[in-house]
Amino acid sequence: MNARADIDTVWRDALTAAKLFAIDPLGLGGIRVRAAAGPVRDAWLEACRGFLPDKTFMRMPAQISEGRLVGELDLAGTLKNGRPVHQPGLISAADDGVLIATMAERLEPSTAAVLASALDQRTIAVERDGISARAPARIAIVALDEGIGDDEAVASIIADRLAFHIELTAVPLRCVSSQPAGPGAISSARDALKQVEVPHESIDALVATAAALGISSIRPALFALRAAKAAAALRGSARVMEEDLQLGARLVLAARATQIPTPLEAVEPGQEEDTSTQHEPDKAEGKDTLDSDNKPLEDVVLEAVTAAIPNDLLARLCQETSVHSRAGKTSGLAGPARKSRMRGRPNGVQRGEWGRGARLSIVDTLRAAAPWQRLRASPAGAQPIDCPSHGHIKVRPEDFRFRRHAHRSEALTVFIVDASGSSALHRLAEAKGAVELLLADCYVRRDHVALIALRGRTAEIVLPPTRALARAKRGLAGLPGGGGTPLASGIEQGLRLSLAARRRDQHPNLVILTDGAANVARDGTTGRRRAEEDALNAGRHALQQGLPALLIDTAPIPSAFAGRLAEEMHAKYFALPMANAEAVSSIVKSALAQTVKRE
Amino acid sequence: MVQLFPFTAIVGQDEMKRALLIAAVDQTVGGVLVFGDRGTGKSTAVRALAALLPKIEMVQGCNYHCDPAQAGRDCDTTCPANLAGNDAIQVERCPVPVVDLPLGATEDRVVGALDLEKALARGERVFEPGLLAMANRGFLYIDEVNLLEDHLVDVLLDVAATGENVVEREGLSIKHPARFVLVGSGNPEEGELRPQLLDRFGLSVEVTTPQSIEARIEVVKRRDAFEQDPQGFIAKWAQEEAEQRERIEAARSICWTVEVPDAVLGKAAELCMALGTDGLRGELSLIRAARAHAAVDGRETAMLVDLKAVAPLALRHRLRRDPLEEAGSSARIDRALEEFLGE
Repeated sequence: MNARADIDTVWRDALTAAKLFAIDPLGLGGIRVRAAAGPVRDAWLEACRGFLPDKTFMRMPAQISEGRLVGELDLAGTLKNGRPVHQPGLISAADDGVLIATMAERLEPSTAAVLASALDQRTIAVERDGISARAPARIAIVALDEGIGDDEAVASIIADRLAFHIELTAVPLRCVSSQPAGPGAISSARDALKQVEVPHESIDALVATAAALGISSIRPALFALRAAKAAAALRGSARVMEEDLQLGARLVLAARATQIPTPLEAVEPGQEEDTSTQHEPDKAEGKDTLDSDNKPLEDVVLEAVTAAIPNDLLARLCQETSVHSRAGKTSGLAGPARKSRMRGRPNGVQRGEWGRGARLSIVDTLRAAAPWQRLRASPAGAQPIDCPSHGHIKVRPEDFRFRRHAHRSEALTVFIVDASGSSALHRLAEAKGAVELLLADCYVRRDHVALIALRGRTAEIVLPPTRALARAKRGLAGLPGGGGTPLASGIEQGLRLSLAARRRDQHPNLVILTDGAANVARDGTTGRRRAEEDALNAGRHALQQGLPALLIDTAPIPSAFAGRLAEEMHAKYFALPMANAEAVSSIVKSALAQTVKRE
Repeated sequence: MVQLFPFTAIVGQDEMKRALLIAAVDQTVGGVLVFGDRGTGKSTAVRALAALLPKIEMVQGCNYHCDPAQAGRDCDTTCPANLAGNDAIQVERCPVPVVDLPLGATEDRVVGALDLEKALARGERVFEPGLLAMANRGFLYIDEVNLLEDHLVDVLLDVAATGENVVEREGLSIKHPARFVLVGSGNPEEGELRPQLLDRFGLSVEVTTPQSIEARIEVVKRRDAFEQDPQGFIAKWAQEEAEQRERIEAARSICWTVEVPDAVLGKAAELCMALGTDGLRGELSLIRAARAHAAVDGRETAMLVDLKAVAPLALRHRLRRDPLEEAGSSARIDRALEEFLGE
């Protein structure tokens, strides 16, 4: 298959996914679209709207406030009417429609969790601002993911609940073609959907396929089944056939694969000796059995999916067995870090004065004002009035209540660990121990940790930033060492993670554990001099970005180069020939305490 | 109306179901924490449990559905038992309340606050009870508990410790009973829980996606059948649900008379010592859970098998963390169980 045909398939599949989604928006949950903003994405979105003429599409910005999302008190209405007026949130406004989440990779975890719960329950519960309400929320979500690399992506609790994950990044505009489906086709398929029968063996095949691809969640298999049903309905068939299963599995499961299935021959020896791998699916209606060959249905479906695993994913899966290998591309980093203003989680309210950036809590202000309305309505306090000043509420400065925000002073500690040379295994083990000790100690303070291993030609992000001990353990288990020391590439990766963390309002720190024997240059070539020069350069970059760093020299005799690198980076330097987990974690902790200001 | 997937139709997940049943039988065991992978039916199970809970007697018109047998002793001044006197109260039978604490809830709705409507329209200062009041004598369910805002966690910790919600805000000064079973669920990848909050849960469960293909197929089949025809599916499981409900009622009635022999108490103490669990709370919930487990089985005496069945649930989250220990808490408990209970 040549590249052009490949790209065409990607685009066609994206349109097919949109069509199937249009047939069963609630059942399929939605679509994650990974693409940069641009004409290709717009064209796809336009096509998607075209398939769903009867649904409203509402845009949701990533930084939407919780109040706007689930509903809150309507200030204008409340003041006008003299009684609390509830303004429904975006989720209930989008009931029976589609929410377009823009920049979905930037969703706050709490926003993502609210959306996930709406997708699950199809209702939304509001318990805020004195409002207690339940509203239907039969929403589907199109998540526009502009993330680059694997560290920036839609929160997994959302991604898991959206049937299709499509990637349009590689699709050039010239491949974009429209593929109109008459609205009649979609709506008649919708009517037919309920009647579509599912043969038992097709469920078996989909579940087995998902398992063979290493997909641990059970939702994708269910989504693949629903997609297959929608495909059958679209064809006008009353029964899910092999081709529907293949399509459903391909569209839903391929992008989620975490492992390459064991070769089919190995699974079913002697089952198929024939060379006819490419067979026409039997479309004959009324035929009762599904399998057109003597091949088990599972294998047929699995084959279709394996063929459709995206190339880059395939390459990555082949290269590494670990899911956590994050050999992301170096992203074009956007500008200097944005300083946080009044962000952070709300943390109660307090009295106060108008000040710079202070945010008024309307409800609490009204609450404070409410009991005094009668008194204020009659200045002398003389004659009682039935209705307090005809629906106007008198608010005085002493009623003002402001939102308090817990300022997030989360820290991210990026460990760059030299996993090469003679003491590699030992050093790596101790670094892992230190990371876990730090995490165990940090979880109250919500600090994050990441680990980059230097081995072979490039540095590799072994553990993307996380504060979950469980995840860290899984990521660190069975990490092998050996190979060269690409120190420059390691510092670069660390810098990249750190800058990404700054954009999330975290304070990044670098901790480098090395014996100073850098021998792989930035471009992957070996050679001590180039390697050292590159490492020093990378160190200077880190300094320019004002990144606090700590260098732990693990060489038996303190290395001159490590000392020099620390100097260039303005890093704190410790010589620790026999670095052990406790010592490393206590050094890091005390260094952190100095660099990160906490409240 | 949203149709709920029946509890008994959940495939596998025996440990989670066991923990929830124990909490339903004896609410003093303490809350249940369900942590696990995505898509394992955590919240489905908790919500489905609500349908199995028996009816209890409550004072009609009481904001906190207080127990008529207590005759308002526990309750605040708005309770009919205190307003109108004990003889005037009406008793009603209602299902044990299960209250959802949705994400994005604000403190005023959780603890209760000044009734804005009455205050604005009529200038009256009236307390509007919050979710804690609604959950009194029942269950309070928090999905994604590790995303709960810190100041709400503080409130919950305080109330869970005292069984009483004290509201001092907007010139109100209210104190009302708030005894509830905390049920939380979440995904460990979203972050850890504060140790103090962890401690409030009597039992904890780690759920994983079923590993066997057969179980997975069954999950998808039942889910598909449920979506195809919810009413039909629920009707098909109605018999099972009714039986389960009866079992819970029967267990509730005998739970307090189940005997726990000294031998079992001794083993429980040894187990806690060996594992180095902090404080007495672990031992207490271990014994209570063993008793409830025996009651669920319809036995009058708790045995070592009960202890064995509930020990991982009651102790898993109380072990001192040892991050360098690869095996994890469950394995350590298994080892200790083997050592002390044989086999």
